[in-house]
Amino acid sequence: MCLAIPARVTELLDGDRARIELGGVHKDVSIALVEEVAVGDYLIVHVGFAIGKLDPVEAEETLALFAQMAKIDPANPAPYQ
Amino acid sequence: MKYIDEFRDGELARGLAKAIAAAVNPAREYRLMEFCGGHTHAISRYGLQDLLPSNVRLIHGPGCPVCVLPIGRIDSAIALATQHDVILCTYADTLRVPASNGLSLLKAKAQGADIRMVYSCDDALRIAQDNPQREVVFFAIGFETTTPPTAAIILQAQRLQLSNFSVLCNHVLTPAAMVHIMESQNDPAAVAIDGFVGPAHVSTVIGSGQYEGFVARYQRPVVIAGFEPLDVMQAILMLIRQINDGRAEVENEFTRAVTREGNRKAQGLCEQVFELRETFDWRGLGEVPLSALKIRSEFARFDAEVRYQVGYAQVPDHKACECAAILRGHKRPADCKVFGTVCTPDHPLGACMVSSEGACAAHYTYGRFRVEVVAPVDEA
Repeated sequence: MCLAIPARVTELLDGDRARIELGGVHKDVSIALVEEVAVGDYLIVHVGFAIGKLDPVEAEETLALFAQMAKIDPANPAPYQ
Repeated sequence: MKYIDEFRDGELARGLAKAIAAAVNPAREYRLMEFCGGHTHAISRYGLQDLLPSNVRLIHGPGCPVCVLPIGRIDSAIALATQHDVILCTYADTLRVPASNGLSLLKAKAQGADIRMVYSCDDALRIAQDNPQREVVFFAIGFETTTPPTAAIILQAQRLQLSNFSVLCNHVLTPAAMVHIMESQNDPAAVAIDGFVGPAHVSTVIGSGQYEGFVARYQRPVVIAGFEPLDVMQAILMLIRQINDGRAEVENEFTRAVTREGNRKAQGLCEQVFELRETFDWRGLGEVPLSALKIRSEFARFDAEVRYQVGYAQVPDHKACECAAILRGHKRPADCKVFGTVCTPDHPLGACMVSSEGACAAHYTYGRFRVEVVAPVDEA
């Protein structure tokens, strides 16, 4: 139940709330638990509350790291020593 | 969907699997516990165990909040709805957990109790505003991800001066449960654990720094991982490397959402509203000291435990149910005699079969027809 999903902010609303979009679904959520939210930010949304912000630079770096790891030549890997 | 689909790429997963296969020392076993139910679910759903060498074993941990909630707590919630005539609001996850006397929240609702499923605790607050003549109780469960929203609505209820709203608080803490797992490593039934896949969104809130004391004390690596399959594979690779190097450190694979400090604002609100309970009874783990939160006395009017004098009575699990051993990682779902026969997701006997994050439900849904590989398969 700790599963939360990254969703994009499309509009800031009154009362510490924001409208978010995820795969075509729009929903209003509370942003009372996070600081400095802007339109276009990706929020980590859980039970109707944003509990954190997603760092797009770190996300790209993680994906690049996966690609680098996955490229290790299976015929000639750096084996366990 | 952005930031989801990229982290489920099959090609990259196969590449990571090869990197893991190359990194493992064939002479030893790697026993890694994924603490979170979210990880348990991802591992089963994407068949990650099948991508790993046979000497890398994943052990399911107790991080499924529905699974660790003891029966007695659900009995208390049912009693509130049936004896005090309140509107009881609950997350969907708890509705079908079997309670005492053949009841569950869903069955109590069918018998006429006013029990309502909510997506957010915010909805519970709205129900209280819309029904000023009725008492409304929110049944709060979960780890550090659901705790800050509960703190936020208690503060909101105070601002709105709502007199008909209260919370039955059952929030529990991840690091305390991890400590408990390590403290019970001397139990003869325990499986030795070499490292932990650390929680994703719990760590978004509490920060990776919260595991540093644990790692220093127990000398087991913790790698925080996101809930997508590539995240889990990468974290397993990082754990294997730490174990090979003889290192025990906190590493963070989920840097896109977890910092060392965590979410300070959310932590501050929780600190304001909650305090530690001296001890809390966990299903499967028993009494765990300093492992749960209660509402501070300043907010007593929003505390259903105080308001309705809610007591707690420990209720033993069904005799045939192995949930307790499964939650501690001592047994696997298929080791339970009633798994998949008497106990299924449609008719769960134990909590691990109720939540989709429970080890039994995940294994039943995705893994029960898996063939155990007893000898390495030659891929040539």
